[in-house]
Amino acid sequence: MTSTKQLNKITLKGSAAIVSEFFFYGINNILYQRGVYPPEMFKQEKKYGLTILTTTDPSLLTYLNDNVLPQLTEWLERGVVKRLVVVIRECETNETLERWQFEIECMGDDKENSNPREKDINVINAEIKAVIRQITATVTFLPLLEVPCSFDLLFYTNQDLEAPEQWEDSSACLIANSEQVKLRSFSTSRHKVDGAVSYKFSM
Amino acid sequence: MSSQFDFENEVNSLMRLDKPLQAGPTARWQRKANDISGCGNLSLHSKSLNVSQHLSVNYSPSKNRSMSQSVNKTPSSKTRTPNSSKNRTPGKLKPSSKNTSLNRTPRHGDRFIPSRQATNFELGNYRILSENDEPAPTGSLAEEDYKRRMSENLQRASGVGGEGRILAFKARPAAAEGYHNNTKVLYSSSKKSVSDRKKTRHIPTTASRILDAPDLGNDFYLNLLDWSSNNLLAVVLARSVYLWDASSGDITMLMTMEGEEEYVSSVKWMPDGEHIAIGTSEAQVQLWDIASSKRMRNMKSHAARVSSLSWNDYILSSGSLDGFVHHHDVRVSDHHVATLTGHSQEVCGLEWSKDGRHLASGSNDNIVNVYSSMETKPMYSFTDHQSAVKAIAWCPWQSNVLASGGGSADRHIRFWNTHNGSCIKSVDTKSQVCAIRWSKHYKELVSSHGYAHNQLTIWSYPSMDWVQDLMGHTSRVLYLAMSPDGQTVCSGAADESLRLWDCFTLDPSHKKKPKSLSNTASSKINTLFSIR
Repeated sequence: MTSTKQLNKITLKGSAAIVSEFFFYGINNILYQRGVYPPEMFKQEKKYGLTILTTTDPSLLTYLNDNVLPQLTEWLERGVVKRLVVVIRECETNETLERWQFEIECMGDDKENSNPREKDINVINAEIKAVIRQITATVTFLPLLEVPCSFDLLFYTNQDLEAPEQWEDSSACLIANSEQVKLRSFSTSRHKVDGAVSYKFSM
Repeated sequence: MSSQFDFENEVNSLMRLDKPLQAGPTARWQRKANDISGCGNLSLHSKSLNVSQHLSVNYSPSKNRSMSQSVNKTPSSKTRTPNSSKNRTPGKLKPSSKNTSLNRTPRHGDRFIPSRQATNFELGNYRILSENDEPAPTGSLAEEDYKRRMSENLQRASGVGGEGRILAFKARPAAAEGYHNNTKVLYSSSKKSVSDRKKTRHIPTTASRILDAPDLGNDFYLNLLDWSSNNLLAVVLARSVYLWDASSGDITMLMTMEGEEEYVSSVKWMPDGEHIAIGTSEAQVQLWDIASSKRMRNMKSHAARVSSLSWNDYILSSGSLDGFVHHHDVRVSDHHVATLTGHSQEVCGLEWSKDGRHLASGSNDNIVNVYSSMETKPMYSFTDHQSAVKAIAWCPWQSNVLASGGGSADRHIRFWNTHNGSCIKSVDTKSQVCAIRWSKHYKELVSSHGYAHNQLTIWSYPSMDWVQDLMGHTSRVLYLAMSPDGQTVCSGAADESLRLWDCFTLDPSHKKKPKSLSNTASSKINTLFSIR
C-alpha cells in the first residue's frame, strides 16, 4: 500500500512533520512580532509564500529544533498531545501576559500509519499561511509588551504519558482577567490545529 | 372558610398558573408575613401537602401560634417539608429554570419573603404535587459562571479536572537580556540630532505655506491629494474635490458626491493636466474635464471603493477595496480591459513606472506586486513587508528601482530591482510609512510618517542616509504630492492641514536655463511660495 504513495497523500508521520514545522515558524513569528526578542536576532526566511522572520540565536534554535519540536513530532505521531500553548511572561514578576493556544486534534479513529489520506499540500500550505498572517496581524490590537518578557511552551498531553526526564509538569499559566481572540485553523486531514490568543485585559 | 376550599379546588385544577392571582390572597400573605415570627413559620411557608390545612392556617394570622401543631398533624407533611422549603426559599435557592418567576422575587436577608406573590406559591405547590419526579434541570448559575470563566482562560472546564498533564521542557529559553521591546523603542524614539546629518545643502525645516483642509479624510488607504502638470493641486475634502491653483491661489470646487454617505476615495491627474480621474466610495471611476468642469465618463467595474489610481497613457489603472486592479481604456466604450487578481485585500498603492512598462501595486495583504506592462499575472511578488503597503514610488532616474514603504507594523522602506526581483536595500524608519516621493533634481526621496513624530523625512539615495526631518504636522502625514517643477512637496495630514515644503529647491547658480514650459511655471511658484 505504501508503494502507491503520492505527493498529496498524507501519512500520519508526514502530517506530524507538517504540524511541527508550522509550530517552528508560528512560534518564531510570535516571538518576532511581539518583540520578545530583539529584531537583530532574526533573519528572513521564505516559507508558505511569505517572508517569515526566524531566530538566529543558537540557544533558542537548540531549544526549538533539538529539544522541543522533535519531541512534539513524536507525540503528534502517537496522538498524545492535545494542546500547545505559547506563554509570554513578564521576566520580573513571572506574570503571564499572553497565551497563544493551539488546540491539536488528531482526526480519524485509526492511529495506524498505513492508509494515507488525500489533501493537496498546497491547500494545507495556504491554510497555514492564513494562520501565520493572522498572527502577524494581531500586533495591531494586542497590548504593547512594555516590560522584558520571556516565553515558554506548554504541552497538554494525556494523563498516562511517560514524559522523558527533561520534562516537568507545569501550571497552566492562566491569565486572570483576559480577553480571547480566536484565530483561523488548518488541518492536514490527520491533525487539525485551532489557534487562539488570550491576553491580559486592562481598561 | 368555604372559600378556602374553593380556592384549593382551583389550585388543583389549574393547569396554567402564570397569571397573577387576585389581590385577595396576596394581601393575606403580606399581612401574615408581617405578623408572624418564629420558626414555626418555616413549615407554613413551605408548601405542605395538605393545602386545606395550609390555607386554613394562613387565613387567620392571629392563630399562628398553633400553626406548627396543625402542620404536625399531617403525617406526610414532615417528610415533605424539608424538600419543598428548600425549593421555595429564595435565599438558599439553587436557581432553576423550573421556577421561572424566581427572578422576580426580591431577595431579602429574611427567609420569610413578605412580598412574594401568591402565584408563585401555588404554582410551586402544583408543580411539586404533579411533577415531583421530574428531573432537576442541569447547569446552575454558579456552574455556568464557572464554565464561562474557565473558557475565558482558554481552558475547557473538562480539561481542568486533571485529565491530562501539562508539560514543559525543563531548560527554558532565556529572555533576551537588557533588551527592550522594539515596539517600545518605536513609541519612544527620539529625534535625530543635527550631527547625524550630512550637510549638502540648505533645506528649510518649516513649511513655506500652510493651508487649512477641513474634513480631509483620515484614512490610511486612500489617496486624496495630487498635483497636476498645470500646477493645479487637487484635494479631496470629505465628499468634494477642490482644485487649488498654486500659481494664483484660486480655489474652485470641481464636484461633490450626491449621497450623504458617499465620499471621494482617490484622485489622480492625467499626465496632460487637462483631465482628472476620481475614484469614489461607490466603486465608480469618474473622468472629469477641467476646462469645462464636466464629467466625461463614469466607469463602474469594481465592487467596492476605488482607493488608488494610476495613469499610463490612455490606460487608467484602478485599485479597489475588493482586492482587484482594473485597467480601463478610457478611449473606448467598453473600458474595462483587464483585471489583475494578485491581491487578496484592498489595493491602496498603485503606480506605473515612468516609462510605462511596469505597474507596481501595494496592498493591505502586505504584498507588493510588480506587473510587466499589461500582463495580468505579477512578474514579481514581494512578501517582505509585514504590514500594509501604501507608499509606492518608482525612481525617476533608474527605471528599474522601486521604493515601497510599509505600515505601522513594518516601518521599513524597501528598494527593489525590478530587473531581477531582488531587494536592493531596506531601512527601518521607526514609524509607519504613508507615502514616498522621489526628488527630480537630487538623488533623494522624501517619505511621510505617522506616530510618533508625524514628520516628513528626506533620505539620500542610494546610501539611505538621513538628510532632514520636516516637522510641523500634528497627526500622521497621509498624503504627499510633488509640484510639477519638482521643487515643492505638498503634504496632507490627518490634522486637516496641507503644508507646502520647499525641500528640493534648486540652487539658483546651478539652475539650468528654462527649456520647457514647466520651468516657467516653476519660477512662478517660487515667487509665490518662498518666504524672503
